[in-house]
Amino acid sequence: MIWNAFAIAVREIGRNLTRAFLTVLGIFIGVAAIITMVTLGQGATLAVKAQISSLGSNLLTLRPGAGFGSRGSTAGVPHFTEKDALILGEQIANIAAIAPVRTAAMSTINLSNARSSTVTGTTPVYFQINKWSLADGRFFTDADVRSGSAVCVIGNTVRVELFGTENPIGAKIRIGRASCEVIGLLATKGQAGMGDQDDTIIMPLSALQRRLIGKTSSNDINQISISARDGTDSIALIAEISSLMRQRRNLQRNQDNNFNIFDTRQIAETLGATTQLMTMLLAAVAGVSLLVGGIGIMNIMLVSVTERTHEIGIRLAIGATAREVLLQFLIEAVTLSCIGGLLGILLAFGLCYSLAQVIQVPFNFNSQINLIAFAFSALVGVVFGYTPARRAARLNPIDALRHE
Amino acid sequence: MNTPLIELRGLTKTYGLGDAAFQALKGIDLTIHKGEFVAIMGPSGSGKSTLMNVLGCLDTPTTGSYQYESIAVEALDADQRSLLRRYALGFVFQGFNLLARTSSLENVELPLLYRGMSRADRHEKAVAALTSVGLTTKLSRTPGELSGGQQQRVAIARAIVTEPSTLFADEPTGNLDSVTTRDIMELLTRLNEDRGITVLMVTHDDEVAATAKRRVVIKDGLVESDSTSP
Repeated sequence: MIWNAFAIAVREIGRNLTRAFLTVLGIFIGVAAIITMVTLGQGATLAVKAQISSLGSNLLTLRPGAGFGSRGSTAGVPHFTEKDALILGEQIANIAAIAPVRTAAMSTINLSNARSSTVTGTTPVYFQINKWSLADGRFFTDADVRSGSAVCVIGNTVRVELFGTENPIGAKIRIGRASCEVIGLLATKGQAGMGDQDDTIIMPLSALQRRLIGKTSSNDINQISISARDGTDSIALIAEISSLMRQRRNLQRNQDNNFNIFDTRQIAETLGATTQLMTMLLAAVAGVSLLVGGIGIMNIMLVSVTERTHEIGIRLAIGATAREVLLQFLIEAVTLSCIGGLLGILLAFGLCYSLAQVIQVPFNFNSQINLIAFAFSALVGVVFGYTPARRAARLNPIDALRHE
Repeated sequence: MNTPLIELRGLTKTYGLGDAAFQALKGIDLTIHKGEFVAIMGPSGSGKSTLMNVLGCLDTPTTGSYQYESIAVEALDADQRSLLRRYALGFVFQGFNLLARTSSLENVELPLLYRGMSRADRHEKAVAALTSVGLTTKLSRTPGELSGGQQQRVAIARAIVTEPSTLFADEPTGNLDSVTTRDIMELLTRLNEDRGITVLMVTHDDEVAATAKRRVVIKDGLVESDSTSP
């Protein structure tokens, strides 16, 4: 009986290909949408996490000013000194490495190519703290810092803008009012949530202060990069740093901090949670599209219900039982839903694969979401395809036949 | 005399409930024997089609008894009525009631499919049935590609392919012109005479009814007259 009903169902699908096509289309689009959105959303989450971990996972950054946004005003707030960095490093045991940082926006010129770049003056340990590695050449050394050598290490974006395809190592570029030799090229880190990390020039702090800035404030630094020892409780460490800095900056009990400590791990967690939320949002949108697909199927089924009720009447009149007719309709609905679901999975696979390359996120095949989408689509198709038939099959054959 | 094929006693059929109730059949007593060709006549609204539908197990009686080959039909459930239709009854309707977009051959094969017959047997029987109604060359045509008379022949082929004991025809010529009507009536007469199929036909056309040996006239839900021509 099942085989019989299957044969009839397949014939009936072939007989009305437009109806079959529209039914399959609804499922197909819904399934493809939900799988693509969730897979790409998860890829984006992974990408963000990977980029944040490339910043350094136990990285703390000390900046003047009370915080971000309107509280971040540094007007009238004293900068740090190199001595601050030195003393923090000496007195706090859980600091693995500490680097004073001075940044300045400078014009940079190589032959006819000119652009404005952020120049960072620091010590060699900065590369280690921020997880920079070399693509070519060398980092500068402590000796370069002591002597104030006019050398610099550039990021990939700067290389592309100033040198094009030429080898930058050993070339001299003009930064501000001084000439500076390029000794190293950094391996690329890519775009992060916080801008192009590769658009950077890093040079010895002493060279930046003496050769490029050369004012009375030249010994100031505007940032301190700290990496904590592995396994350190970052909240306790932040408290320790805060209290030492308050003391060094002579803050009274009733005064707020005039500096802030930026913890990469917290940012990583926040961003991770945000992208996860985005993924869920996308999944919800895709779920709605699956539902809309389901409603589309329901419409097609309801539109064809007159014709199908008549068909059910004919089948009952020539001796089919209600159960046989329902089995046929059930098989039709399941077959169409499964075809739509499988095609949707295939399209989603293709879309995820190609879109992942376009928007540069990793592509991970998620079997769970594929299964969920498929099961849900099958359910939608069966419910909407089968329910109208059930009512018709319960009629007296003559009432089903009269249905016009 | 042998046991009757169909025996009705006090059969009634009421549509609707309470004040809106309408009694289409008010107590029909009727006996039909195997091999008869009966025309059921009567004006519109007399209940003749209702009687036909109840006899054909397409509808259920409200009260009264209906015995088909000594089976108490009024006691059968929907599935059992389906099986009775499948194995003993054939239908020809005024509106043909063929499956759309389906070839003549497949339409005729359909009842055999529900009997679980093999593909080869189905094909052979369906071709034979279509040949017997003179449609050998129209096997792959769909109803939309056939004339009214041809569609009715397909419907007749579908009804007789299962070799039913009774053929029910509800206004079989109602949608056809006079020439085609004569063809269809000849076909029904031949089935009755050559194969011994009992034919019950509803019609309001005197000329068509003249083909039948027995005429039952229904009026206001009751049998008004029952006459057999010599």
